[in-house]
Amino acid sequence: MRELLIIAIGAAMVNNVVLSQFLGLCPFLGVSKKIDTAAGMGAAVIFVITISSLCTGLIYQFVLTPLNMTYLKTIAFILVIAALVQLVEMVLKKSMPALYRSLGVYLPLITTNCAVLGVALTNVQNGYNILQGVVCGFSTALGFTISIILMAGLREKIEYNDIPEAFQGMPIVLLTAGLMSIAFFGFSGLV
Amino acid sequence: MKPNTPLERLYNGIIKENPTFVLILGMCPTLAVTTSAMNGLGMGLTTMVILAMSNMMISLLRKVIPDGVRMPAYIVVVASFVTIVELLLEGFIPSLYDALGIYIPLIVVNCIILGRAEAYASKNKVVASIFDGIGMGLGFTIALTLIGLFREILGAGQIFGFTVMPEAYEPITIFILAPGAFFVLAMLIAFQNKFKIGSARVKEDGTTACSKSSCMNCANTLCAGKTAAGLQDEKGGSAK
Repeated sequence: MRELLIIAIGAAMVNNVVLSQFLGLCPFLGVSKKIDTAAGMGAAVIFVITISSLCTGLIYQFVLTPLNMTYLKTIAFILVIAALVQLVEMVLKKSMPALYRSLGVYLPLITTNCAVLGVALTNVQNGYNILQGVVCGFSTALGFTISIILMAGLREKIEYNDIPEAFQGMPIVLLTAGLMSIAFFGFSGLV
Repeated sequence: MKPNTPLERLYNGIIKENPTFVLILGMCPTLAVTTSAMNGLGMGLTTMVILAMSNMMISLLRKVIPDGVRMPAYIVVVASFVTIVELLLEGFIPSLYDALGIYIPLIVVNCIILGRAEAYASKNKVVASIFDGIGMGLGFTIALTLIGLFREILGAGQIFGFTVMPEAYEPITIFILAPGAFFVLAMLIAFQNKFKIGSARVKEDGTTACSKSSCMNCANTLCAGKTAAGLQDEKGGSAK
């Protein structure tokens, strides 16, 4: 239990996926204009990463390792993730239309979110078992959600500010992300 | 310059459509591995090799791959090359392999590679596609090396591992840590905007639209055009 908690806090706060590992920057910069879309994206990411870390963990342990084909993990994982996203989309559409309506737009965008593949590979690299992998995946996605919602809140305020012309658009967002990243250094003594 | 000649492709990739500074694609490796100029150069060249090879393969197969399953097919091609290059790096340049770590397998999801496969290699001849890959890869390499150079000078007082700053210079360590990546890239794009402002008002559509569509673009290419039709326009905009 204690060990799982350490993994969770480490993945969500200390090694925040966006601000210290730079994974999933595309949605972080692209879909963080409004708080509600950011929250939707975050929820979809939590959903997909948790399921995909379970699936990739199972495939690695029960298919790739017994067959001595671990070097194929990159190819296997990306295909599993792409197929999984499609599957989740179809299942949600059929069985939970309400959830699908709120997450639907974001699901296809997630396949290329490198955080999903990143978590799967990190789990393998750190030698996590399946439970640890799922916990790590869930908390990584939680960390992503926290940072994208914070970013969206800041960007809604930045809209009203008077920014030098050259810094409008991407530069000011990157500077803000840099400052947030410094703030997240505050967690570094935690684990 | 005539379109689709090797030279024009190189110019296009390095200057006109530089993947990092103009299209704002492939941000994750750009920020993550540029702690030194050497790492940036290594990552850039690795990506360039994969980009050129996957462009070549996809261009060769462009008439064989059915339209409906082209995205999974592209992913398999790219992932195979990434695995080959990863094993080669592990065997021959272990120091670079250790420095780049998890970001080598993550080249698979680099928007630049799938973006070029979809936007260029799937529609053009082999030679032009290879040079398109080399051009884009060189543009990416130059951008990464540049960012790495700035971070290394400011954060460690060195260039490619050689100390260049006088001893009195106190290295600003934050520049080789995570926040420094954001700051350096923000400054570089801001400088670029500054020079653009005079000529035309490209900036507003330029940066904001690009950054937005780049994300949409990469997501869009992978989901095989299943996203809302509205995103299609943006994709077309940045792909050209």
